[in-house]
Amino acid sequence: MREINVTEIADTVARLAQEANYFLPEDVLDALKKARRDEEAPRAQKVLDMILRNSEIAEEKQIALCQDTGTTVLFLELGQDVHLVGGDLYEALADGVRRGYKDGFLRNSIVKQPFSARINTGDNTPPIVHTDIVPGENLKVTILPKGGGCENMSRLSIMRPGDGKKGIIDFTLRTIEESGGNPCPPLIVGVGVGGTAEHVMHLAKKSLLRKVGEHHPDPEVAELEEELLERVNASGIGPQAWGGRSTALAVNVETHPTHITSLPVGVNLQCHSARLKVAVL
Amino acid sequence: MAKSLTTPLTDEALADLQTGDEVTITGVIYTARDAAHRRIIEAVERGEQPPIDLQGQIIYYVGPTPPRPGDIIGSAGPTTAYRMDPFTPKMLDLGMKAAIGKGGRSKDVRDEFVSHGAVYFGAIGGSGALLSGTIKGVEIVAYEDLGTEAIRRLEVEDFPAIVVNDVHGNDLLEQGRNEWRRPVASEQS
Repeated sequence: MREINVTEIADTVARLAQEANYFLPEDVLDALKKARRDEEAPRAQKVLDMILRNSEIAEEKQIALCQDTGTTVLFLELGQDVHLVGGDLYEALADGVRRGYKDGFLRNSIVKQPFSARINTGDNTPPIVHTDIVPGENLKVTILPKGGGCENMSRLSIMRPGDGKKGIIDFTLRTIEESGGNPCPPLIVGVGVGGTAEHVMHLAKKSLLRKVGEHHPDPEVAELEEELLERVNASGIGPQAWGGRSTALAVNVETHPTHITSLPVGVNLQCHSARLKVAVL
Repeated sequence: MAKSLTTPLTDEALADLQTGDEVTITGVIYTARDAAHRRIIEAVERGEQPPIDLQGQIIYYVGPTPPRPGDIIGSAGPTTAYRMDPFTPKMLDLGMKAAIGKGGRSKDVRDEFVSHGAVYFGAIGGSGALLSGTIKGVEIVAYEDLGTEAIRRLEVEDFPAIVVNDVHGNDLLEQGRNEWRRPVASEQS
């Protein structure tokens, strides 16, 4: 048994919120540079140059890469041999978000009542928290500040088993085609397949935690990822949907066993400002 | 080579723009996004004047991050424009001559831009740190309680944008896709 004080978790979240919003992950930067090298459309080349320049300015000045510093989505992997002390875990997470967003000059983008007064909570809380209990005595905290532009383009389809691979491909492509420039391509495309309605959306989101360029270990799933990526990048949508080859940097598919009657498919898109930061306590 | 535009925009300058043209904008522009649009339209429906004179103006769909000490504004890139579609015909009636955002507009709204001789510009979504540097002056002019969504008067210098929808009814998203779409071998399988 190992003790972790929740104050330490709050401090970590506050730090991660700022770092995630100023510095793009290396794998994302590398993928953007590769997209720039491979891009044929002159306008798209300029867009990618500006996106890369933007990341340099954000890093240098420590200001947010994008003004939409997102809904703070937190993924926790909590070791089952950890004993949390010092207070309520979820309050500590919210406290970390509150401090990180205030001290980091990040935007508060959360409104309290979704369909009525829509008054800003003023501190970007509450975060959305997903907790997995895993073996061991560590706590892994992943922060994914998720922009509204791309999150709003999420789609769910509960297909018939017979729709199969073609159904998954058609639905994913249609989602991206219809989204156009709204989710800020070049994208990382998260696709969940299987499970239940709520779980498949979780899988789609979780697939975005993978490093760009890393494929699913199952060769059949990896092949689906590659086929989808080729098809997405043949769409012509391009960066900002102003035309070009680089519509997506990666397509990540996660699967889960499902019911005999079902083929749930969820799509969660990530904009090019694919902010993500991990810490292990 | 980008065309230099100075605000307020004249009808001649707007008529001269073609979809796909790169422009740099210098002068005063106003920010407004979802909540501010709703308030403007509600005020007008009650028979009140809008809080700013929209005649000939550019509305920038943006909600910036707070400035660091010594700065005047934080990250300030465009937000998704289609959310403003329901309010846009009224904004055009009130005199708005251009909007800056990201993503496409509905066919109906594109038609409204055409019939008002107005233009929709795209700026690069996710380049708020870069665009921030083109903003030289900031003043909140209405709805301060909305925080990031308040209406701000911005003085911009060489703000980079592209003509997405021109006064002739062309659409960059459609053109771009048609030009760069290609067949894939696996599509036939």
